[in-house]
Amino acid sequence: MRSVRALAATAALSLLAFSTIALAGEPKQGGILRMYHRDSPGNASIHEGATYSLNVPFMPVFNNLVIYKQDVAQNSMDTIVPELAESWAWVNDNKTLTFKLRQGVKWHDGKPFTSADVKCTFEMLMGKSQQKFRQNPRKSWYEQVNDVSTNGDLEVSLNLKRPQPSLLALLASGYTPVYPCHVSPGDMRTHPIGTGPFKFVEFKANESIKLTRNPDYWRKSRPYLDGIEFTIIPNRSTAILAFVAGKFDMAFPTEVSIPLLKDVKSQAPNAVCVVEPNNVATNIIVNSSAPPFDNIDIRRAMALSLDRKAFISIMFEGQGDVGGTLLPPPNGLWGMPTEMLETIPGYGPDINANREEAKKLMQKAGYGPDKHLAVKVSTRNIPVYRDPAVILIDQLKSIYIDGELDVVETANWFPKVARKDYMLGLNLTGNAVDDPDQSFYENYSCGSERNYTNYCNKEIEKLFDVQSQETDVNKRKKLVWDIDKKLQEDVARPIIFHARTGSCWQPYVKGVTVMSNSSYNGYRYEDVWMDK
Amino acid sequence: MFAYLVRRLFLMLVTLFGISIVIFFLLRIVPGNIVDILFAAAGYVDPADKANLEKELGIDQPLVVQYWHWISGFLRGDFGYSYVSEKPALQEILPRIPITARLAGLALLFSASIGIPLGVISAVKQGTRLDYALRVVSLSGLSLPSFWLGLLILTASVAMFNQMPIFNPNPQTWLEAFATYAVPAAAVGFRSAALTMRITRSSMLEVLRQDYIRTARAKGASDAAVNYQHALKNAILPVITVIGIEAAFLIGGLIVTETVFNIPGVARFLVEAIRWRDYPIVQNLVMLIAIVVVSANFIVDMLYAVFDPRIRYTD
Repeated sequence: MRSVRALAATAALSLLAFSTIALAGEPKQGGILRMYHRDSPGNASIHEGATYSLNVPFMPVFNNLVIYKQDVAQNSMDTIVPELAESWAWVNDNKTLTFKLRQGVKWHDGKPFTSADVKCTFEMLMGKSQQKFRQNPRKSWYEQVNDVSTNGDLEVSLNLKRPQPSLLALLASGYTPVYPCHVSPGDMRTHPIGTGPFKFVEFKANESIKLTRNPDYWRKSRPYLDGIEFTIIPNRSTAILAFVAGKFDMAFPTEVSIPLLKDVKSQAPNAVCVVEPNNVATNIIVNSSAPPFDNIDIRRAMALSLDRKAFISIMFEGQGDVGGTLLPPPNGLWGMPTEMLETIPGYGPDINANREEAKKLMQKAGYGPDKHLAVKVSTRNIPVYRDPAVILIDQLKSIYIDGELDVVETANWFPKVARKDYMLGLNLTGNAVDDPDQSFYENYSCGSERNYTNYCNKEIEKLFDVQSQETDVNKRKKLVWDIDKKLQEDVARPIIFHARTGSCWQPYVKGVTVMSNSSYNGYRYEDVWMDK
Repeated sequence: MFAYLVRRLFLMLVTLFGISIVIFFLLRIVPGNIVDILFAAAGYVDPADKANLEKELGIDQPLVVQYWHWISGFLRGDFGYSYVSEKPALQEILPRIPITARLAGLALLFSASIGIPLGVISAVKQGTRLDYALRVVSLSGLSLPSFWLGLLILTASVAMFNQMPIFNPNPQTWLEAFATYAVPAAAVGFRSAALTMRITRSSMLEVLRQDYIRTARAKGASDAAVNYQHALKNAILPVITVIGIEAAFLIGGLIVTETVFNIPGVARFLVEAIRWRDYPIVQNLVMLIAIVVVSANFIVDMLYAVFDPRIRYTD
């Protein structure tokens, strides 16, 4: 009898131990996630902005039709899951994308979500509605959408001019939330209403942003957190020190530079930090409409002079990627393989040989050791722009180009670029979605508003359309590589490097996934919880 | 005294009018406006959207019309709307004023309460080791930039105590509230205290050499009575002037301190508003600061008259 009791007690203890272990890994409800924010976003409307300073605090307020799976680091077509849509289907020869919508979803103000809201949102994005956004930076994403039609309250279709499989990828971005029809764009800038896991509480400019749990969220077991509080700390030193001192549960995503990461790890060794590419390419914009860069030889010489690994070594202690327009593999889905990349002039491993070739081109253009070419290298007056511009000037010296740094305040940067009031510019291009359509059409298409250099090649333009309609991923990939190679050979906008940055959080914060091929899409935060 | 007061008040109004013109036109001379910045941030520009936005914000109108709209609104207490947050400018500015006022007040208190006694001690103990030590302290106070001192304090706090004295918007106790402001106030007030100390010392040294001080000593007055009742009372005038000027200049130090300690006061807010070219915020806030500075100078002038009868009679 005694042995039976002992056995029972042992079994009970084992069960308790196992359940405790299991519970330690089980998400816990509650707690306010405290995070610092790197700056004060201009407003709260994701559709009217073009910075992830907006996505991080406001993406939790909304839902998309579809979304990249929030617990998978690499965004791809395979990781797109339904959100406000329950399912989707391509019909009509891949020219219509139809969504069946989720039933019973409510906006944060209690009104029901219907297909009319989806229609409103996309018509506003396409510029076809009565109400207008004050700014609409991603209007070009919907260039191929002819119209939006509804079939009852729970079905909506995007009717396309031609097949565009990547439209689904654009719809899954953090930049594509569905807005309510009954709230004006102006109100959405100051008090956003969404269907997402968190409700907006307040936004005090330069101070804080507060979100609270949405108790009526359609995903019944989510979110785990009671709320999220962002304290706006523009001074990076103060922010990092505060994180190290435990004032914050999370540092602002992808905002910890590689040198700072070392400080964090030494002062807060328990902090969890990951380094991932942020799909922001540092590149050179060349004014090819005016001398001296209207001369293709000089443009090519400049591209040949680049020692990309030196940039990465100086700025990121070796943690960066060399690539073309699209983020290189393994994190990037569409970037050229290394062996192909190295066949492009300037990408070969022998920097000295590249520079010798560059010098010959410069001499052909009339420059040499006794006659240097003086250029101004313009860039925005913020460190991520300024620092590589200084390195660029240093490298250009090796091919008889004397660069002078021309730092431009943010307010004047874009007007200056738009006026073509520059010779060479150092620029950063962020890609919200790791998809060629977003990158090619936005940055290289003839007439695109963000094609700062006015590069226009009708042959390439045709290839943009061919790859865009291709449904076979492998075939499309080959087309994309060829286009990217051609863009680099044309010195359309020479890519210097793709940066990597760090994200850190305290060890008790669980369920965080940092996206590895975009810094715009992973902030729904409904799966984040705190083991405290 | 009344004529003096009226003259000073008139001069104050003329100064404020001049300042309003300077603020308004200087802001317009700075390249770029809010619309440029918004489109720069979005990385594109649509001329039609841009024109609509400029019209919506009223920055497409002639400058004289814009000035009239602003100044007449300001005089009526209508500060307009922030271009960025789209909230009433007054609603954005008002909650931040007490924060900066507390910080500035505490910094000035720190400056006066440390600077004046130490200046007196340094003067009285002239040429002693204590005097040299205090002069080194004052020199270092003048040499250390407040942003560097602030960062040093923060780094030391984290390294030594694993604590971070940054702003707490919801202090639970009076002591916590005081602590929120005390450290940044000390960081920004240190330089000011050093200056006050040096002025007090030199002014005291000059007064201590006067005949009436010798007479007071000859009559058997105690050291404390001589130093504090006779000497300091006469040496304080330049110190008051310096504190008045420092109050005006404090805003510069506060911008840095509010940034480093992440205090949501008006100084940091002003810098952000300038960055965004948020005219309604910048114009109204600078005007309010100008009123405070001009009023502070007016008060200092009045104090002068109170402390030195010669001023009220000659002016």
